[in-house]
Amino acid sequence: MISRRDFLQATVAASALWGASGVGNWSRLAAQQALTQDKLLEFDDYGNVTLIHITDIHAQMKPIWFREPEINLGVGAVNGQPPHVTGADFLKMFNIESGTPEAYALTYPDFEALARAYGRMGGLDRCATVIKAIRAARPDALLLDGGDTWQGSLTAQKTAGQDMVNVMNALKPDAMTSHWEFTLGIDRVTEIVEGLDFPFLGANIFDAEWNEPAYEPYKMFEVGGANVAVIGQAFPYLPIANPKWMFPNLSFGVREERMAEVVQEVRDNGADLVVVLSHNGFDVDRKMAGNVPGIDVILTGHTHDALPEPVMVGQTLLIASGSNGKFISRVDLDVQNGRMMGFKHKLIPIFSDVIEPDAEVAALIDAEREPFKAELEEVLGTTDSLLYRRGNFNGTWDDLICNALIDEHQADIALSPGFRWGPSLLPGDNITREDLHNATAMSYPAAYRSEMTGETLHTILEDVADNLFNPDPYYQQGGDMVRVGGMGYHIDVSKPQGSRITNMTMLKTGEAVDPAKSYVVAGWASVNEGTEGPAIWDLVEAWIRKQGAVTIDPNTSVQVTGA
Amino acid sequence: MQLSRRNALALGLGGVAFAALPLPAMAAETVEELTAAFAGGATVGTGGVTLTAPEIAENGNTVPISVDAPGATAIMLLASGNPTPAVCTFNFGPAAGSQMASTRIRLAKTQDVIALARMADGSVVQASSTVKVTIGGCGG
Repeated sequence: MISRRDFLQATVAASALWGASGVGNWSRLAAQQALTQDKLLEFDDYGNVTLIHITDIHAQMKPIWFREPEINLGVGAVNGQPPHVTGADFLKMFNIESGTPEAYALTYPDFEALARAYGRMGGLDRCATVIKAIRAARPDALLLDGGDTWQGSLTAQKTAGQDMVNVMNALKPDAMTSHWEFTLGIDRVTEIVEGLDFPFLGANIFDAEWNEPAYEPYKMFEVGGANVAVIGQAFPYLPIANPKWMFPNLSFGVREERMAEVVQEVRDNGADLVVVLSHNGFDVDRKMAGNVPGIDVILTGHTHDALPEPVMVGQTLLIASGSNGKFISRVDLDVQNGRMMGFKHKLIPIFSDVIEPDAEVAALIDAEREPFKAELEEVLGTTDSLLYRRGNFNGTWDDLICNALIDEHQADIALSPGFRWGPSLLPGDNITREDLHNATAMSYPAAYRSEMTGETLHTILEDVADNLFNPDPYYQQGGDMVRVGGMGYHIDVSKPQGSRITNMTMLKTGEAVDPAKSYVVAGWASVNEGTEGPAIWDLVEAWIRKQGAVTIDPNTSVQVTGA
Repeated sequence: MQLSRRNALALGLGGVAFAALPLPAMAAETVEELTAAFAGGATVGTGGVTLTAPEIAENGNTVPISVDAPGATAIMLLASGNPTPAVCTFNFGPAAGSQMASTRIRLAKTQDVIALARMADGSVVQASSTVKVTIGGCGG
């Protein structure tokens, strides 16, 4: 049963806006209050503009468990800065007591026990309730979807994103931006976008041949008497992190100078407030906020961070609204004479047992799932261990996948990509086919088996590590480290590319990995066209069925220093 | 390495003709040698030249690069990590409406791309940008 607590809103008076640190007072005023829908939604309307932000839903229409990361390192200037704060440090930074609903929603400690106490989070029918309540108070509130919406479940996979498109349309977003959307293939994206009632924004998406803008960069809205420009920024590294051959004529990139141009353009066109709906990732947005003048609010996405308070960079607010439908951010702004005078912000946690599902959207979700019901619900096995993915180096879901790859492909070493999507399962839970697909569903799932030399493996680890730990955020791609089965290594995250990874060791024999020797490597989600192998979910399903009950041993194969 | 493979295809901006001359392929001239020859004894400063390049190349074989140096008479592009660092030099005549150019270059590996601009008074400035050439594939 839910304990009687609530999140308090972070209210900052207009006079305190500039110079506010952005951290430290989220729950300072928190008294013991009832965890009720009314309390979760409580918000004294402020100013004249309301933004509603949801991002990185990854096709999770139903409530889920989602364990936040234990390790989420920041390098260089952002070391120890949000969102690179986890566990007890996070609780301390935001004055949250352990064991509370806030602690459960935002951090990893005692996850299993707190999950059992406070229940699953998310569910787009619950999100619909929250969105409708905000719109009841503020009819012209803008609902902005940060992307990674159409991918991440069995039903999204089987319908090429149509189930999510239908459910999101019922929520009536005002704009969205994108990342995994493009892994449906350019033709499918074009087909969906042509049918949307709202703009699919991406100021940084260009035609690769002519280097000309390929999508609408921004949309201007009139809200509360103010002109609000919403600029879209898609994930900058789509053609590198995902298969370029699926959208061969598009080019992305951070394109900071382009963002500066578009901000200037919307200001020249009379924008009183400039909002960037971004899929850059938090650190990239933080750098962009510092370098590009004139942005009032960045609604961040991609890196799946949930922060209970905005981070301020100069006079720009950075909002981080989590992932998987776990949170919705409400941001009220006072915009006068072309200036943002103050804000009020609340990260609304979607406790699925507390917030009433919206009946209309619940029925729509059920209708989308109905054709696949038997397939979704089939039990493949059970787990004795907590299964989760999020974290820089390893997660038990990927340990499971790596174990399956090694056994089924008779490999020495397994590689599983460092995706940040994929909900959790509690010890004792059944593993249904839906659960497995929630951790694997995507459009390039071939589980390959190939040979690589020790030197090649080292190059791959160094390359991925630099995507994560390059001290310049513009060189970061926002995923976590590639997960490795069968092999351990040491990483010094403070070193430059080429010298971070040492002590690569075969776990079975304890022998050092020989740069010149070939090893049998199994993996999945290769970005190369024509990769052959069974779909990862078929391979893992076969393995789970053989196991019956799955147990994942603690993984200490990655030694981390330099953080 | 063939010169044509460097994709030294210049897209004229502003409608004013200028010449993009691939540098003579005297193999293995270093960045230092090329810089010294271009600067002609001037001390190389910074500011006044803008180099726009992607942080991470989507395709190392054809990386879009733009340079802009108002008032320049010539801009030289160097790819410091290529076997032959010289890429090309853009020369701007007095009738040029702007001193900017875009091209696509091939990068063998992660490296700094350097743009040097020679101004009408003979002074030389430079800008550089690290372009990462990555194997990619694990973002998400």
